[in-house]
Amino acid sequence: MSRKTLLNSKDIEIILHRLACELIENHHDFSNTVLIGLQPRGSYLARRLAELLKKEYHIKNLELGLLDITFYRDDFRRKDTPLAAETSEMNFLIEDKKVVLIDDVLFSGRSIRAALSAIQSYGRPENIELLVLIDRRFSRHLPIQPNYKGRQVDAINEERVLVTWKETHKKDAVFIKLK
Amino acid sequence: MSELSVEHLLGIKYLKPNDIDVIFKTADHFKEVINRPIKKVPSLRDITIANLFFENSTRTKLSFELAEKRLSADVINFSANQSSVKKGETLIDTVNNILAMKVDIVVMRHGNVGAGVFLSKHVNAKIINAGDGTHEHPTQALLDSYSIREKLGTVKGKRIVIIGDVLHSRVALSNIFALQLQGAEVKVCGPTTLIPKYISSLGVQVETNLKKALEWCDVANVLRVQHERMDIKYFPSTREYTQLFGINQEILDSLGKKIVIMHPGPINRGVEISSDVADSNDSIILNQVENGVAVRMAVIYLLAQQIKR
Repeated sequence: MSRKTLLNSKDIEIILHRLACELIENHHDFSNTVLIGLQPRGSYLARRLAELLKKEYHIKNLELGLLDITFYRDDFRRKDTPLAAETSEMNFLIEDKKVVLIDDVLFSGRSIRAALSAIQSYGRPENIELLVLIDRRFSRHLPIQPNYKGRQVDAINEERVLVTWKETHKKDAVFIKLK
Repeated sequence: MSELSVEHLLGIKYLKPNDIDVIFKTADHFKEVINRPIKKVPSLRDITIANLFFENSTRTKLSFELAEKRLSADVINFSANQSSVKKGETLIDTVNNILAMKVDIVVMRHGNVGAGVFLSKHVNAKIINAGDGTHEHPTQALLDSYSIREKLGTVKGKRIVIIGDVLHSRVALSNIFALQLQGAEVKVCGPTTLIPKYISSLGVQVETNLKKALEWCDVANVLRVQHERMDIKYFPSTREYTQLFGINQEILDSLGKKIVIMHPGPINRGVEISSDVADSNDSIILNQVENGVAVRMAVIYLLAQQIKR
């Protein structure tokens, strides 16, 4: 099984800083903005970005939610393996707020479609943007595009993009490997 | 593992400890869902569920119906007292006629013991037992354990006493199975006439002194006196029953410790439990009702997951 490193921890750190700055450019002090990480994998990126914004860029009162989309997925009963849910941690409503959805890899766009349905349960937001670390641009099944992206990747379908975080795998890295 | 080991929910006795874990973890997620402004998820959009109630029910039926609707399933309801059952139709015929309308899951309450098991062998649908005679009421036991877990952190190692009409109670039997499966200690307490003879074979001790039972336990699950199932007199008078086995604030105060009070409902206020206890902070009766919806959503979701398209 061959795999090659697409981004190392230094690359990821630079990208996180850039994404944080792009968010500040559009959302200023985040007084009317909430960040929502998609469970499970988008949560790491969302937590990391929130931490960076608070510590390095002195954003106060940043609201971060973690959203599980299992019950909104369109492949329920279509897979052999059961869909197991994760915890949603949404301690606020999003009525009239600007929402930034955060996920690690944008592939088919189906998770984001599910997230767009799920988010409605918490109110009607002013608008919703999408932030991803990796955008696999030729693999979309739906007309969904990110507003903020870390790196664009032209991986073919037989390849898998794998993101590891130091919280779970000891180091930050993005790999590309054959399935 | 995030899958059930069973194809139907017919009784707690068919479950393994992991099944209860999976149901509770899934119920945690649904509990969060039903506390959102929009309390509904689209998972079961293409699933149809029939609620067949051959016996009366208010709470269980409403709870199941709400759980089904919150999962976006299509729901049809059937009550025996307004149906062709009265014209002499058999159970299998009734159910097969309903299934001909493309129903995926049947939730059934029936007066006969084993009705769910019988049905599961003869019809092509997922069966959820919502109470079969004096036998089992698995979702009630699950929501009871779930409520204990929520209140005390865990069920394992806790001492639970089931008080009252154990003989006629499917809630008691399912609870005994569920609690033992999770490693809790169970005693029953009530008039000897209302304690079934076989109870010791289940590893359950009998305590006929209410005060002693309450002193021993962490949780008291108080059962309803089921007058409608009593064909003979099991105790001299309701007044005497209340004096010997009724839970009131006075006896709770005399324990010198706090215990959790549960009741599966409907309550006979002033008979098995006094109003001040039922409405007190130690009572989790209304939490049980709320948790009932989440637990039933979990059971339905997990069974529906097995239906391949």
